[in-house]
Amino acid sequence: MDAPGDAPAVAIAGATKTWPNGTRALDPIDLEVRRGEFLTILGPSGCGKSTLLHLIAGLEAPTTGSIRWWGGPHAATGRAGRRLAMVFQSPTLMPWARVDANVRLPLTLAHAPRDEADRAVADAIWLVGLAEFERHWPRELSGGMQMRASIARALVTRPDLLLMDEPFGALDEFTRQRLDSELSALWMKRGLTIVFVTHSIHEAVFLSTRVAVMGPRPGRLIDEIAVDEPHPRGDAFRLTTRFAGYAQRLSRLVAQACGGAAADDAPAAERV
Amino acid sequence: MKRGASLPESRWRHAAPVIVAVAMLALWQAWTVAYDVPTYLVPSPLVVMRTLVTDWAFLVASLGVTVSIALTALAIAVVLGVAIALVFVQSRWIEAAFTPYVVLLQVTPIVAIAPLIIIWVRDTHLALVLCAVVVAIFPVVSDTTLGLRSVDPRLVDLFRMNRATRWQVLTRLRIPSALPYFFGGLRIASGLALIGAVVAEFVAGTGGQGAGLAYQILMAGIQLNIPRLFAALVLITLAGVAFYGVAVLLSRLALRHWHDSEVATR
Repeated sequence: MDAPGDAPAVAIAGATKTWPNGTRALDPIDLEVRRGEFLTILGPSGCGKSTLLHLIAGLEAPTTGSIRWWGGPHAATGRAGRRLAMVFQSPTLMPWARVDANVRLPLTLAHAPRDEADRAVADAIWLVGLAEFERHWPRELSGGMQMRASIARALVTRPDLLLMDEPFGALDEFTRQRLDSELSALWMKRGLTIVFVTHSIHEAVFLSTRVAVMGPRPGRLIDEIAVDEPHPRGDAFRLTTRFAGYAQRLSRLVAQACGGAAADDAPAAERV
Repeated sequence: MKRGASLPESRWRHAAPVIVAVAMLALWQAWTVAYDVPTYLVPSPLVVMRTLVTDWAFLVASLGVTVSIALTALAIAVVLGVAIALVFVQSRWIEAAFTPYVVLLQVTPIVAIAPLIIIWVRDTHLALVLCAVVVAIFPVVSDTTLGLRSVDPRLVDLFRMNRATRWQVLTRLRIPSALPYFFGGLRIASGLALIGAVVAEFVAGTGGQGAGLAYQILMAGIQLNIPRLFAALVLITLAGVAFYGVAVLLSRLALRHWHDSEVATR
């Protein structure tokens, strides 16, 4: 196979997306997701962030252009090969199943051996801090806890690439900051590769090693900046001038992405 | 005003319908006595009760016939209805092609089709069951179809990302999602099955050994045995309530942990 050992996790070359009704969702995108990085895709609502993430997830095929996963086609990923997992905007738990059954779902679908699955489920649930709640029903959990369960479900297969689509967008600011910190720690501890979509500039700065900024109509990549700051980043990082500097640069990029004068909803999309 | 701790609000909610029933019966009794209403016009509740006791054996036998027809029909309607819904959701084409005929079956009054079914099907019992199935199947098909389609699209994405087979999507996602809708359909179908059975009996007018409750009502009307008519009516109403109650209970058992409609308010 043409899958060299050091191929990037994802290599997108000139990928576009046009919906069947003729709407152009994405202009040609060139982007690489390097192994082990925390890449955030930042942009205002409707700029095609989620569409791009769906392409990376293999849930949608690009209209033109190509995407390679670890140098191979999408078909080579999955059960036997390297694994992808996704966390959605809402927890998306099955309401008819308890927390542990929800977390186990990917393993159940893959017919994983029982004791192996038991261990992986317990491990994932412990990792997100839900150990006492594994026999609860989703509706008994708060929004933040439901999101933790959703993240546990994504981690249970020990994915090589974790995709997150504005996972904390619907949570209150306190919960969101705490989950951001925990996610950052998890990324370090597990050596994960994460692609994170958000419209929050501060979240992007806090979490990422690299931020790619997208602009709307049609969705396109504007620019990217590296956030060269050591991990783990505590809450103190949020108060530094360097943090503010990154935020300002990104803010300017987003405003520029929205077309200068139309910078109206760019800072408004920011929720701090 | 604060209600005393001796009778909490939930108890009131259960007691209220009973109080209404008792009051209505008392009024009815008082009215028949006060105006000396003849029994062949409106029998008093006490007379109806007495008839229920004296005619018990043979009314209950008839009730058994009608209930067994309705239950058989309901079982067939559920199995067949769910099967049809499962076929419908396999493709929009199949659904589009056959839905008009299911609707046609639904909008045609059963009294109009019943004579045909009774003529075509030699076995009367089977004919009556068929009539009740025709009436009861529609809510099962339409609600279950709707439920099988009402799946969270993000959950579908999740299943796709995990390379779920079509069968896994059906059994682990579509069917659980459809349960609340199915039980909604079952509640309606349970009442309709009984109505279908009664209407079919009326049309068939079969008496003798296997006479159902509807036939007893018909005969009691002709013989001006109004107390018996009332007694039969009471039994059939109670049977209908019981059918509905069982459907509600099943729904509660299946959904109590997770669906908003059945989760007990805390």
